[in-house]
Amino acid sequence: MFLRRTLLRRHSVLPGFDLALGFALLYIGLIVLIPLSAAFLKTFTLSWPQFIAATTSPRVLASYRLTFGASFAAALLNAFFGLIIAWVLVRYRFPAKRVVDALVDLPFALPTAVAGIALTAIYAGNGWIGKWLPFKVSYSPLGVFVALVFIGLPFVVRTVQPVLEDVNRELEEAAATLGANRWQTFTKVVFPIVMPALLTGFALAFARALGEYGSVIFIAGNMPMISEITPLLIITKLEQYDYAGATAIAVVMLVSAFVLLLVINALQAWARKRQGGV
Amino acid sequence: MSKSSISRRRRAVISLLFSAAAFNAAAAEITLLNVSYDVSREFYKDFNAAFAESWKKGGGDKITINQSHGGSSRQARSVVDGLEADVITMNQANDIDILFEQGKMIPPDWAKRLPFNSSPTSSVSVILVRKGNPKNLRDWSDLGRAGISVIIPNPKTSGNGRYTYLAAWGAALQNGVSPAAAKALVTRIFANVPVLDGGGRAATTTFAQRNLGDALVTFESEVPLIEREFGGGYEVVYPTRTILAENPVSVVDKVVDKRGTRKAAEAYLNYLYTDAGQEIAARHHLRPRNAKALAQHAKDFPKVTTFTVDEVFGGWKKAQKEHFDDGGLYDQVIATAKTR
Amino acid sequence: MSAQSLPGAKPGLAAAAASEGVPSVPRRKSTDEPAWVRRLLIGSALAFLTLFLFVPLGTVFYEAFRKGAAVYLAAIVEPDALSAVKLTLLATVISVPLNLVFGIAAAWCIAKFDFHGKNLLLTLIDLPFSVSPVIAGLIYVLVFGLQGWLGPWLHEHDLKVIFAVPGIVLATVFVTFPFVARELIPLMQAQGIEQEEAARVLGAGGWQIFWRVTLPNVKWALLYGVILCNARAMGEFGAVSVVSGHVRGQTNTMPLHIEILYNEYQFAAAFAVASLLAGLALVTLVLKYVVEQRVKASMKVQHEH
Repeated sequence: MFLRRTLLRRHSVLPGFDLALGFALLYIGLIVLIPLSAAFLKTFTLSWPQFIAATTSPRVLASYRLTFGASFAAALLNAFFGLIIAWVLVRYRFPAKRVVDALVDLPFALPTAVAGIALTAIYAGNGWIGKWLPFKVSYSPLGVFVALVFIGLPFVVRTVQPVLEDVNRELEEAAATLGANRWQTFTKVVFPIVMPALLTGFALAFARALGEYGSVIFIAGNMPMISEITPLLIITKLEQYDYAGATAIAVVMLVSAFVLLLVINALQAWARKRQGGV
Repeated sequence: MSKSSISRRRRAVISLLFSAAAFNAAAAEITLLNVSYDVSREFYKDFNAAFAESWKKGGGDKITINQSHGGSSRQARSVVDGLEADVITMNQANDIDILFEQGKMIPPDWAKRLPFNSSPTSSVSVILVRKGNPKNLRDWSDLGRAGISVIIPNPKTSGNGRYTYLAAWGAALQNGVSPAAAKALVTRIFANVPVLDGGGRAATTTFAQRNLGDALVTFESEVPLIEREFGGGYEVVYPTRTILAENPVSVVDKVVDKRGTRKAAEAYLNYLYTDAGQEIAARHHLRPRNAKALAQHAKDFPKVTTFTVDEVFGGWKKAQKEHFDDGGLYDQVIATAKTR
Repeated sequence: MSAQSLPGAKPGLAAAAASEGVPSVPRRKSTDEPAWVRRLLIGSALAFLTLFLFVPLGTVFYEAFRKGAAVYLAAIVEPDALSAVKLTLLATVISVPLNLVFGIAAAWCIAKFDFHGKNLLLTLIDLPFSVSPVIAGLIYVLVFGLQGWLGPWLHEHDLKVIFAVPGIVLATVFVTFPFVARELIPLMQAQGIEQEEAARVLGAGGWQIFWRVTLPNVKWALLYGVILCNARAMGEFGAVSVVSGHVRGQTNTMPLHIEILYNEYQFAAAFAVASLLAGLALVTLVLKYVVEQRVKASMKVQHEH
């Protein structure tokens, strides 16, 4: 009864609030909040200058550049092709469309380590695709990019698809009546409707790529300053018994992830309002 | 009311899980956990079987030895964090020193407890090249030539990698060059490294399976396995001087005293020094200390001038501090190497 | 609408044909792209998917069977592989129901009530989703490791959490935390509270409302969330790698076992075990597709009410 009395904004006749919320809070507290706070508390053992040193040394900065840069680029590519794929799946018919539609979720269901070794084998110098390419993919930042494109693929497609399906074709017909060609109709009518979802999908793919470890670790070269991702740096620091340094970098990543999440949720709320929801 | 009944149920489930784990530890037969480094897998497979036989013959109960392998630093860190290893078998002393410094799990003079500084076997760092040695790589200085690419595992996470670094550096010093020139050579070598894998095995895969690199620096003990698994496309080059990688072992006192397995753990390590144990080591291309085994496998272990970390670098503790800690010489080397 | 008034349409053919009494050539609709655009889009979509999706999937199975079916089977039934499978299943069987119960509880309060801090709760639920798995493992080491908060106490009482099964379960629970909740919340929000309130008015108690009104409405979304949670739990690598002790035959899950095989140069065997997980992923996708159709149907039914 305590939670109901203090937190509820609007009176409700439905039962079970205290039980459900209480359990949820307990669960989150034990599994998520308390362990996460361990990371923050460990970081607080560092003085401010130490924290700055640990999180902004050249090697760490290089890893941020790689992790954030590759994630951003991968999410961008996924946004572009994700829109095309969603369009193609919603609007057109072609053989095996159902199979393709189902397979789009493969990166979501396939274990990251499996994806990692498969991609490394394919793009290595003697791999199926790697041997045709004049530049190095495996063991380079490009390899990191490829792995991140793989795991972010479903996010844009699956966020954009439902919105695209809901687009009212009459709007497009009206535009055509008024004299617009297909490109104008797309850019001025359809794209604005889809844009919030596209942004959300992009942000989700970006967030997912930031933390990714299992699929990247096999294909990255792990060369400091060049192809070392931030999660690997955390592990490296851990193995040198520099727990505080590891948690310092982890805290930077956690805060970035949290900020990104707030942005995503705000985007989704904005998108819902624009669609006429609440 | 309902909240506490749920947490009661959760506690029951959790304690059920814990007691299941504890029950396993209290079972009748003895189990030992050997936490070891990456490339010692095959050796311990054979060794453990032989030891179990010998233990049983000596009147002991059934004994099972579990193995855990990984990059040496990662393994040591796990033991410090609570992985209950009865024995730890590493390829460098400072990974065992950590157990004392970070966790007080062993006495500081652990190395004196067994012969040869507690190192029953050793190995040397060698250079593996493609058949025919097309780039004519003969020594450490050749690895620093322009246009060569070398595969070395990450010295920050791999003992194999650290030995390679120290081998090149130490060989240069032994040849009479100044420390600055030695540093320059090692920097040139690492500028030629395209990928830093986490451990010796991953580096070998990169070299042999992915066909990356003109040379791989690894332990002599790895070579036969590589040849077996990847066919005969390689040659071994012994540099003029190389480092002797001693493989220290120790019981983890804190764990064996708690689990009551001290007798078994000590017998396990002692078996490494027996004729049988040394013979198995020699078969797996680890340089034995035992003269008999050495003589029998003489052709597998060519004579090569070696130096130890103690001789050239003043011991592992000093080497770790000067070279491999954050901000140390290795960090400087890799920073310079990658901006070339 | 005659052909002339639509600027994008092909000029005059249909009108000309119609006026001559010949069956008309199908005309491109005003809301369709020209055929070449269609083909280009489909082509580039498929090319992209082939490069980034189909080839990796095919590689897993190709490499797995490269050395023949005998090697494949041997890799699967090898004792360490079997114990890895068992451990993976155990971790999944424990973490999925736990997250299921949590998901239902969280969805119930978020979807059916309005309270202060609702948005914060939503963000907290999503948090594990964007935390790097490495960090997920690290925090449990900090709490349960020997040098951590509870470490000494656990050690004294001979309770093993980290580097043992409970630690692996915890890490798995953390990374699969949001899946069920995330599937249920939007659906339950869309369904509103009228049916539950009606049941209440008619005198139903809390559990009755839940079992007989709410649950049947969300059963497909629930299944959907469980399927996703299951797939992720079985495949988790990074977080488990940090908290497992890599003890062969005991604390290695399938993804970790794959890494071990890979490090022993047994590539065919590594891909063989990987193909099990890939096969599971495919089954997951099929189930997901089936369930997805049902979810769409049930949402349509909701809207039509």
